[in-house]
Amino acid sequence: MLDWQPLFLTFKLAFITTMLLLVVSLPLAYWLAYTKSKAKPIVETLVSMPLVLPPTVLGFYLLLVFSPNSTLGAWLNEHLGIRMVFSFMGLVVGSMIYSLPFMVQPIQAGFAKLSPSLREAAYVLGKSKWTTFRKVLLPNINPALLTGIVLAFAHTIGEFGVVLMIGGNIPGKTRVASIAIYDEVESMNYAAANQYSLILFAITFLILLSVYLLNGGYFKSSLLKSPNDD
Amino acid sequence: MIDINIEKELLFASGEGQLQIAFQLEQRKFLTLYGASGAGKTSILRILAGLMTPDKGKIIIDGVTWLDITNKINLAPQKRNIGFLFQDYALFPNMTVEENLLFALNKKQAKNPIKDLVELMDLGNLQHRKPATLSGGQQQRVALARALVQQPKLLLLDEPLSALDVSMRNKLQAYLLQIHSAYQLTTILVSHDIPEIMKISEEVIVVEQGKIITRGTPSKIFKNQTSFTLKGTIQAIQKDVQAVKIIVLVGTEIIEIRVESSTANKLSVGDIISVEVLHPIIRNMVL
Repeated sequence: MLDWQPLFLTFKLAFITTMLLLVVSLPLAYWLAYTKSKAKPIVETLVSMPLVLPPTVLGFYLLLVFSPNSTLGAWLNEHLGIRMVFSFMGLVVGSMIYSLPFMVQPIQAGFAKLSPSLREAAYVLGKSKWTTFRKVLLPNINPALLTGIVLAFAHTIGEFGVVLMIGGNIPGKTRVASIAIYDEVESMNYAAANQYSLILFAITFLILLSVYLLNGGYFKSSLLKSPNDD
Repeated sequence: MIDINIEKELLFASGEGQLQIAFQLEQRKFLTLYGASGAGKTSILRILAGLMTPDKGKIIIDGVTWLDITNKINLAPQKRNIGFLFQDYALFPNMTVEENLLFALNKKQAKNPIKDLVELMDLGNLQHRKPATLSGGQQQRVALARALVQQPKLLLLDEPLSALDVSMRNKLQAYLLQIHSAYQLTTILVSHDIPEIMKISEEVIVVEQGKIITRGTPSKIFKNQTSFTLKGTIQAIQKDVQAVKIIVLVGTEIIEIRVESSTANKLSVGDIISVEVLHPIIRNMVL
């Protein structure tokens, strides 16, 4: 009988990661789309790094930073009682960094594609930046938001290297489906590996297909160049 | 009364330069900023609206300082209460016509003019449509109505009619004149359509390369135009016993001009010169 826990954990991780990422990415993408700051290229580069960096590199550094022996890790443990390494929370933080460009870039492109006069018209009508953001900008970048959400979700499902480095393989805590597959293959249990794989394959296929169908053509300009690269 | 005196480094059609504009305008006037594209007309409107900040200068509207760079005063666009009509209309695509107008309404506003505006601009049967389903002229009317919802005293129009066909233009010009007087507006229009300016504007300011060249009534500026200037390159200078002839290439035409020898001495082949032609005689080539 298949152990459903890794699959459940995968989707829980993807869901929480995506929700938190959305909260972080909206202001970040807004800033990147409209800033004239000289720091913009540097921030853009940092956001995009997970696209090209091997996930193991990211995972390795997160492991170092969050380890109870490091300053930050020790502080988190002592003052907040949080252990990031080999815990679900560590996975969430790692996944957020890892999937950041998949959420930020479509939303940033969505903002940039809007005519600047929309914002200006709202300002001239006396509307604050916040009102303009909620009532004028956000409703007009729906396709970009959907793309970002789905890409971040799907990308988190497909993650392996970061999870393995920072989370390890603790059943019920950090053992997500991609790790379970690896584990089953290691122990020559191909049938179980195949079941997990098929389920992941089918679900990610359906998710992406639904976006293509909903957005029609929007995707072509987006950056699905590096599919789940673990 | 509008009192503006500003300077800003800008990129013009011909390269970098200085926008240097100073003028005053009385209330309830209809003024047009006229000039080639890239002369800085739109920038003037954007600076008035607070969407662009000049490097130096002041803007004082009816005694209230909107901008004073030396004293670090710069009123946000939100606080200037102006109507601004954008070239691309800038209607919010996610809202219906009615919602676009309602969005513009200020909660503290004493009077809700939307009903009057809908009637004035003939928007009655368009209210539940989204902007994308409207024609250019209809979108323009909605944008104009929206710009007036907060009952501004100053209306800025950035080439609002340039994308419309002639009959639509005529209609909208009539609408513009109607609202200008009905709402006692001070209106500044950016345009390079002379018939349009002759029809609806009381005054014209001609802008070239970021500077004001002249100002006057449209008829004074456009109708009695008794001279114009040609620009060309000197191809050759031919000295005769009595006079000197210079051969100038203007556009694709070669023209010969007789000049005094003292003038000719200051010129050489390859110089770019301007030739002012007084009292041109115009003949219709078709007849």
